[in-house]
Amino acid sequence: MTTTLQAFLIVSAGLFSIGLLAALSRRHAIFILIGIELMLAAANLNFIAFWRFAPQPHQPTGVMFAIFSIAISAAEAAIGLAMVIAVYRHYHTTNVDQFDQLKG
Amino acid sequence: MLSVSKGMSRWVMHYLCLIPAVPFAASLIILSLPNARRGSAAALAVTGQVAALALSVLAFLPTLQTNGFRAVQNFTWFAFGDNALRIGFVLDPLAAAMALMISLVGLCIFVFSIGYMAEDKNFVRFFAYLSFFSGAMLGVVIANSLLLLFIFWELVGLASYLLIGFWIERPSAAAAAKKAFITTRIGDMGFFLGILWLYNRSGTLLFYDSGKGCLESAGLAMLGASATFIALLIFFGAVGKSGQFPLHVWLPDAMEGPTPVSALIHAATMVAAGVFLLARVYPLFSLGAVNGVTSSLTVVVWIGVTTALMAALIAIAQADIKRILAYSTVSQLGLMMVSLGVGGVAAGIMHLLAHGFFKALLFLGSGSVIHGCHGEQDIRNMGGLRRFMPVTFVTYAIGMMALSGFPLLFSGGWTKEEILHDIGHWPPSRAPYYLMLAGVVLTALYMTRQIIYVFLGKPRAVAEHAHESARVMTMPLIVLALGAILLSVVLTPAWPWLYAYLSGESVHFEIARLIQPMLFVSLVLVSAGIGVGFWMYRKAGMQDGDRPSEIDPLEYAQPALFRFLANKMWVDELYAHTVIAFSWMAARLSDWLDRYFWDGLVRGFGAIGQLFATFTTGVDERGINAGADETTVAARGLGRLMSAAHSGQIQVYLGVIAIGMLALLLLYAWLA
Amino acid sequence: MVGMITAIIFIPLLGALAVWVWPQRNCRVIALIFNAISAACAMGLWREFDATGTGMQFVERHAWIPAINAEYLVGVDGLSLLLVLLTSLIVPFAFVAGPTPGGRGFDATMLVMQSALYGTFTAQNFVLWFLFYEMSLIPAFLLIKIWGGENRDRAATKFFLYTFLGSVAMLLSFLGIYFAKGTFDFSALASLGKNGLLTGKLAWFAFAGIFIGLAVKVPLFPFHTWLPDAYQTAPTGVSMILTGVLSKMGVYGFVRLLLPLFPNEIKIIGPWLLVLAVCSIVFAPLAAWAQRDLKRMVAYLSINHLGYCMLALFAVAASPTVTANIDTHAALSGVFMQIFNHGITAAALFYFVGLLEQRRGVRGIRDFGGLMQRTPLLCGWMSVAIFSSLGLPGLNGFIGEFLIFKGAFAITALFTSIAVIGLLVTAIVFVRTMQSLFSGPLAEGCSAFPDLLRREKLVLVPVTLLMFAIGIAPQFMFNIFNMTVVHMTRLFG
Repeated sequence: MTTTLQAFLIVSAGLFSIGLLAALSRRHAIFILIGIELMLAAANLNFIAFWRFAPQPHQPTGVMFAIFSIAISAAEAAIGLAMVIAVYRHYHTTNVDQFDQLKG
Repeated sequence: MLSVSKGMSRWVMHYLCLIPAVPFAASLIILSLPNARRGSAAALAVTGQVAALALSVLAFLPTLQTNGFRAVQNFTWFAFGDNALRIGFVLDPLAAAMALMISLVGLCIFVFSIGYMAEDKNFVRFFAYLSFFSGAMLGVVIANSLLLLFIFWELVGLASYLLIGFWIERPSAAAAAKKAFITTRIGDMGFFLGILWLYNRSGTLLFYDSGKGCLESAGLAMLGASATFIALLIFFGAVGKSGQFPLHVWLPDAMEGPTPVSALIHAATMVAAGVFLLARVYPLFSLGAVNGVTSSLTVVVWIGVTTALMAALIAIAQADIKRILAYSTVSQLGLMMVSLGVGGVAAGIMHLLAHGFFKALLFLGSGSVIHGCHGEQDIRNMGGLRRFMPVTFVTYAIGMMALSGFPLLFSGGWTKEEILHDIGHWPPSRAPYYLMLAGVVLTALYMTRQIIYVFLGKPRAVAEHAHESARVMTMPLIVLALGAILLSVVLTPAWPWLYAYLSGESVHFEIARLIQPMLFVSLVLVSAGIGVGFWMYRKAGMQDGDRPSEIDPLEYAQPALFRFLANKMWVDELYAHTVIAFSWMAARLSDWLDRYFWDGLVRGFGAIGQLFATFTTGVDERGINAGADETTVAARGLGRLMSAAHSGQIQVYLGVIAIGMLALLLLYAWLA
Repeated sequence: MVGMITAIIFIPLLGALAVWVWPQRNCRVIALIFNAISAACAMGLWREFDATGTGMQFVERHAWIPAINAEYLVGVDGLSLLLVLLTSLIVPFAFVAGPTPGGRGFDATMLVMQSALYGTFTAQNFVLWFLFYEMSLIPAFLLIKIWGGENRDRAATKFFLYTFLGSVAMLLSFLGIYFAKGTFDFSALASLGKNGLLTGKLAWFAFAGIFIGLAVKVPLFPFHTWLPDAYQTAPTGVSMILTGVLSKMGVYGFVRLLLPLFPNEIKIIGPWLLVLAVCSIVFAPLAAWAQRDLKRMVAYLSINHLGYCMLALFAVAASPTVTANIDTHAALSGVFMQIFNHGITAAALFYFVGLLEQRRGVRGIRDFGGLMQRTPLLCGWMSVAIFSSLGLPGLNGFIGEFLIFKGAFAITALFTSIAVIGLLVTAIVFVRTMQSLFSGPLAEGCSAFPDLLRREKLVLVPVTLLMFAIGIAPQFMFNIFNMTVVHMTRLFG
């Protein structure tokens, strides 16, 4: 069985869906962050896959995107965790149901 | 005749205006003095009057020079647009004689006042007013313009207003002053219209202006038929000022003023102004005369006759010493008017001059009596005063004889005869002549009555404590009494100097003319009057006892007639119930119209506006505003609905984003 | 000397500003200083004024609103100068009329009004004139409404609505004229007016609008009912300005606008206008007779005195035949004299009523009595003002009234003869007032009156001297406007 683009995309979509599910359904802020990381991973997988099956694979465009994306997600994770800790200190909870300061 | 140099004559003309100006200046200075400077006030006033007298004498001299002397000094008062209003002063026998009489009689009254008003707390103000009065009257006689004459005329009115109401804390004095001012002003309005009319027709108000004046032929020629109306309007002013019927009502009330004021008003100044005015503008009256009769002069005659008789009758039934004299003044003025009306201008003015002396004498005498009786004015409470007040009695008797017109010795007799002579030759009717003869009898009668009540018989009530007045008061009486007698010298038909002087004729002495038929007529009539008086009042005046005689002999005989006369023929009451009531009603009506009708109209318009406003408010509230309100409510609901979506739950937001993305994906797939 | 008029107009405005920023305590002094400056300028204007010139002098012309042809155009002739002088005299007089509970707001408002008055009397272009005309109305409204006495709201509203409606009518008429003729310039309109400015119905509408606007302001019977209320309620100083100067705006308007612009219309309804004037003259003093409130009484007599002005003006303008020069001159000179005389005399009368009210607290005629015993000086000086008002010769009132009657009698003898009743009734009213105020026993509540204070005497001396001066030697007043009279006679003739 040859590896096709489709297979990668299916895996990536699955991964994204799992991440989305986590971000939407978990109540704990850390899990939501993990869900977001999963979605980012799915996006990176897409970058690599589209690059690998593109007409000119010798140029490392997709790899570069993936590397940047990973760096950004690392930074985002760091900030996200810091914010979670700050929120926790303020509210003494990490349950996102109780954060409704954005209410209009 | 005396000779007067040309230079002096010119000097006199140049300074003629000083005759009224000096008393005016004295008045102003006195007015600024504090109340305590009584001595200075009296001194200033008397000095001013002496100066006016001296100037009058100076002015009198040139008029002796030639017959019918007349000099004028005209000047422009002000220029309006490119026209000028000119006024001026005139010196002629009429003006000079009047000025002399006014300043001389005025001086006597001033001196008398020093004694009479000695106790008054407003002494200073009194002399200021007196000087002002005298200045205004002197101005009237030397004015050479009807306008200037009117100006001084009004100032005379002002002065009389101030002086009649001098005892201002007495309501009756204030009321009398008001009555005098308003009544004379009614006449003045006619006079004012006459001035306007005359000015309109002749284009000038100057009497004499080297041929162009309104009393000179050129000016008179422009008047035409309107002269009668102009003359009557001017006469209306004189009626007011000289107390002629129907405007005589103020004169008796003017007795509320201090007695020297009454003397001044009744003798030298105010009332004389009306007669003088007629004499001054006589050419207007006699314009187009046939046989010396014009319609305006006829009116003057009949008004004069009515006034003279009416006042003489009323005088018989009065009890107030001054009121009797007041009515006698009214009566004598009526006689003067008749004299002017029948053409006897010189006779009328002669009587005016003589009357000035003896009426001032009588009033000052009555002042002396009142002063001696401590303010009592009712003749029924007097009696027997001849013993206590000999000087007053003798001088008063002289005045009484002069007023009655007793022939030969007294000035009044000569002038009265002259007047009666003129009236007797009036072509249209003999009636005035007989009526005036009756007037002579009546005058003698009421003066006899007064003398009997006041001086003869036994003292009653207050008279027991009477005393003769001080010399400062008796001296003027003596001077005036001498004047009343000595004036005869220039009045007799044998040497009618004053007559000639006033009418600009030459005079020569002729003793045969002394005896005239009129002399006997007069003698009989006056004797009859005095005799009847003594017979009628012999008991009433002479009776003993402390109580005054309760019933007047006339009242005993004719109670209704007496009541009619004592109440002044009810003229005052008639006016109060007609003219005055009507005017007051008009005033109330005007006020009412203003408050309710005119303002009501305005408020009606306002109400229409308000109605419109209410309507638009309705439209606004129910229509436009309601729609706007609904829209707002809907917008609010929508907002509430929308805000519900913003729960603030981050996961909800995320989910919505996810659904949105999915939807976009599906849309994309569907489009592709 | 160009710029002088602008200075006169704007100095009081500056004064208003200065008063507003200054500490409360000294505001009256500041106001008086600015008054003195503008009065000095007015005096300068008089000094420089060429009494032999007929036209406008010291003219200043600047572009202002070119779109509607409205220029900033000011200038004075004899009549304007007379009124400028009157304003300069009356406003300070009103300022010193006594303590008013106003403070700087009051003073500033008065100064704004003064500025507007100067503007009204000097503007020679309708738009500018109307601006100032309305600008005087608002301060007057505020002064009555805020600082007035009893019933001030009602009186102020009535005053405002009445005069404002009149103004609106006038504005509409002028817009009509502008659309027909394309100019707002007074002199241009006057020269057009000689041959009939407008024709047909438009002319009558325009005439009626302007007539009503001005008649309300004067006021002419029967448009006068706002006046007694307003004068009665306004503080003394304001009443003085209202009667002394503001009412003259109406007369001024008649002379400057209505008579030159509508000669034909006035000729047609002339008799009716004369009837109105005679009604003013006769009914107003009759109504005054029935008043119990001194201020209201003086207010009614004001109507009467302005009625004389109207009588003469209408007589001159409505005369069906060509009148002699001397009569027109007499009538116009009389009107101008009367404007000035009534200004100072009526202001002085209101001042005296104010003094009495200050001392007694009320001002009903029956609240006083026997004052002569207690306050002879006050009574004496007040009598001078009263006699001046009733037209006693020797005082200022007589000169104007005599000339008015002289001119009017020659033209319409009948109406003038009826108008003489007004003179008589005025005398009755005044003499009755003097009787109940000055004579009789001293009334209760008057026993502690002080006589005239030094300050009050200082105020009264110049005004009274002026009354005597005009009454005895009036030539200096005639010099101001003689050439204007000649010029206007040519205009009307």
